[in-house]
Amino acid sequence: MAQSFFGGVHPNDMKAATNEKAIEQLQAPAQVVIPMSMHFGAPCTPTVSKGDHVKLGQKIGEFKGLGAPIHASVSGTVAAVEPRPYSMGGKVMSVVIDNDFKDELSEEIHAPADPDALSVEEMIEMIKQAGIVGMGGATFPTHVKISSGIGKVDTVIINGAECEPYITGDHRAMLERPAEIIGGCCYLAKMFGVNKVVIGVEDNKKNGIDMLNKVIAEQKAPVVVESLRCRYPQGGEKQLCQAITGKQVPPGGLPANIGCAVFNINTTIAIYHAIKDGMPVVRKVVTVSGSGVVEPKNLECPIGTPVSLLFDACGGLKDETFKIIAGGPMMGMAQASADFPVAKGTGAVLAFAGNENKVSEDPTCIRCGRCVEACPMHLEPLYLYLYVQKNRIEDLEAAHVMDCIECGACSYICPGRLHLTHSFKVGKQKVKEAAAKAKAAAEAAKAAEEAKKEA
Amino acid sequence: MLNDYKGLKLIASSNPHIRTNEDTRSIMLDVIIALCPALIMSVIRFGFRALISVLVSVVSAMFFEWLYRKLLHKTQTLGDLSAAVTGILLAFVCPVTLPYWMLIVGNFFAIFLVKQLYGGLGKNFLNPALAGRAALVACYTSQMTTWIDPASGKAALFGGADAVTAATPLAMMKGGEFAELTSQYSLSDMFIGNIGGSMGEISAMMLLIGGLYLIFRKVISWQIPVAYIGTVAVLTFLFPQGNDAMSWMLYNVLGGGLFLGAFFMATDYVTSPVTKKGQLIFGLGCGLITVFIRYFGSYPEGVCYSILVMNCCTWIIDKYTKPTRFGVDKKAAKEAAKK
Repeated sequence: MAQSFFGGVHPNDMKAATNEKAIEQLQAPAQVVIPMSMHFGAPCTPTVSKGDHVKLGQKIGEFKGLGAPIHASVSGTVAAVEPRPYSMGGKVMSVVIDNDFKDELSEEIHAPADPDALSVEEMIEMIKQAGIVGMGGATFPTHVKISSGIGKVDTVIINGAECEPYITGDHRAMLERPAEIIGGCCYLAKMFGVNKVVIGVEDNKKNGIDMLNKVIAEQKAPVVVESLRCRYPQGGEKQLCQAITGKQVPPGGLPANIGCAVFNINTTIAIYHAIKDGMPVVRKVVTVSGSGVVEPKNLECPIGTPVSLLFDACGGLKDETFKIIAGGPMMGMAQASADFPVAKGTGAVLAFAGNENKVSEDPTCIRCGRCVEACPMHLEPLYLYLYVQKNRIEDLEAAHVMDCIECGACSYICPGRLHLTHSFKVGKQKVKEAAAKAKAAAEAAKAAEEAKKEA
Repeated sequence: MLNDYKGLKLIASSNPHIRTNEDTRSIMLDVIIALCPALIMSVIRFGFRALISVLVSVVSAMFFEWLYRKLLHKTQTLGDLSAAVTGILLAFVCPVTLPYWMLIVGNFFAIFLVKQLYGGLGKNFLNPALAGRAALVACYTSQMTTWIDPASGKAALFGGADAVTAATPLAMMKGGEFAELTSQYSLSDMFIGNIGGSMGEISAMMLLIGGLYLIFRKVISWQIPVAYIGTVAVLTFLFPQGNDAMSWMLYNVLGGGLFLGAFFMATDYVTSPVTKKGQLIFGLGCGLITVFIRYFGSYPEGVCYSILVMNCCTWIIDKYTKPTRFGVDKKAAKEAAKK
């Protein structure tokens, strides 16, 4: 039985453009630009400098605190270490490498003699050294998720929902690399000490489900595939946990609070390669699609490949292209130019040239309630919108604006074309600022009182 | 085709980057389509004057909307078609013999005062068409309560009530003439609309077709109409005035403006609650007040006022029917609310 969560929307999935196209290897780029910020947490510090020779898989960025290391995705010479544009907007420190096309493998990489004999700690260390982050786009460091979840987690969920329209990378991986997915699942089961891993897949990928089941049966792996109803945002972490376990993550909490840990399909493949071969994350499968792309494709390329090369490989862009998006159409980020590199979390690059841009001169709420029905977090977007407009910070907080996951379902469904999701990002920022201000004021008052006492 | 991407003029707006095709205009267009069957029946029963009245009403509603926005230098909103819907609905709740100029006055009240003075579409708290009707009843009581019998001939295009006048079924029920009513009009007369009444309300059948179309198109949800009609049906069945509870109930449900109100007026987005639970309460409240007015009020019909009263309660229903916060246990949420 297909399972689901409360709310959501059902946009046209637009996956037909690429879901039957096998993953193609992009011709090696002459230069890669590797941003030092591809994870949730502070940016990495570059450990190489201009003129250095680097090998494929060599560590070029080290993290501090919450983060994951970054590796060279090609071998060659460091051409520059400087701020460059990246997909999150603005510029970030990046390592630019001129490719020597030799693909010399770094000595740092060595496959363990017997991957099955590794201890849990050793496995986590290998994942950490491989620089794995949530490759669905959230880019939370995977080793942290695993080490903090061990002992609390009894349900390991693999996110194969791929609920964003257009994106087909996970679907293709199920068809072309099922053994790697199942292999990664087995390592995860071992690390968490669970006897079953659940892969959640939306029911618009029936052949993907069949392929996974076939491999599971062959390997007798401790994995089950759950068919999920095709509904956005089914692949939202909290929604996926709800669909699979029936439990809801408490406000402000993590899936670990209800005993769940969620990993993306591509993250699972990365885990497999990290433990089996000691291979870090240096390549990424990217769906290049949308009405502006002449010939949409699924491409695999080194991390740091300029996106313009992906478009070139897809026959270029149409003249009318008015929007380029890093990520999916619901949660992706619109880009100011095609001048940004593929990062660990870039699952798709879209270009729009059709009638996707539906705006109203005079966005007006008609109180139809569709946003309330669509909100997977049970919020009332129309009221939140009103509070943001009127700058009613306390009401915003009381209406739980901080619960918003910015999935875009409310804006998608809004017939009045309100900029709901955007206004909630603004609203969340306002609430945070107000809280910081209140805290500072309280501390100042406390300090003044103490000063008084001392005097 | 471009191979150098420098020349692209890109929009960098916030997510999401796709939107559903449905917009306010398409929703209003669906409502207009759904009102067409009832309009056709109105023209069949009352004659060409019904069509002219609806057109006069729509044009004046749109004119007042345009004028207000023009005078206050606001963006024009005629394209969203909400004024056209108000125009049709206001004509639908008036007798076919109502002088055209009175319809225009009603539309002035509905659009200028009730809708635009509160900020336009989405901001008014009363249903404009019903508020317009309430104003007309207060100003021109006799013209608003003169009904012609559709069986006795069509309404003249100009001039007043020269056709045979007749009491509406509800007025007869109010007057204790239920037995006469059942002998004069069969149930199928009631259902198809061979009865006296306002232009758009007579044919329950045609309104039902339109209402089901709206539900099928997901423009409205079933909660309000079902709760509303259901409440009226249950109450009139339980407390019949006569021996035959079943036919008393059916004549109550089919006579008057219940179907028009339940499918097209009470479901007005702007003036009804946003949650499904709230909509059930709203429909229940409308049903209760309608029956109270019919039983104990001085008017034979209570649909208009019941919806207007519930419009005023919408904000408080919204306040108490908020969805349960994600990740919070229902019981725990209730206890927290108590504190």
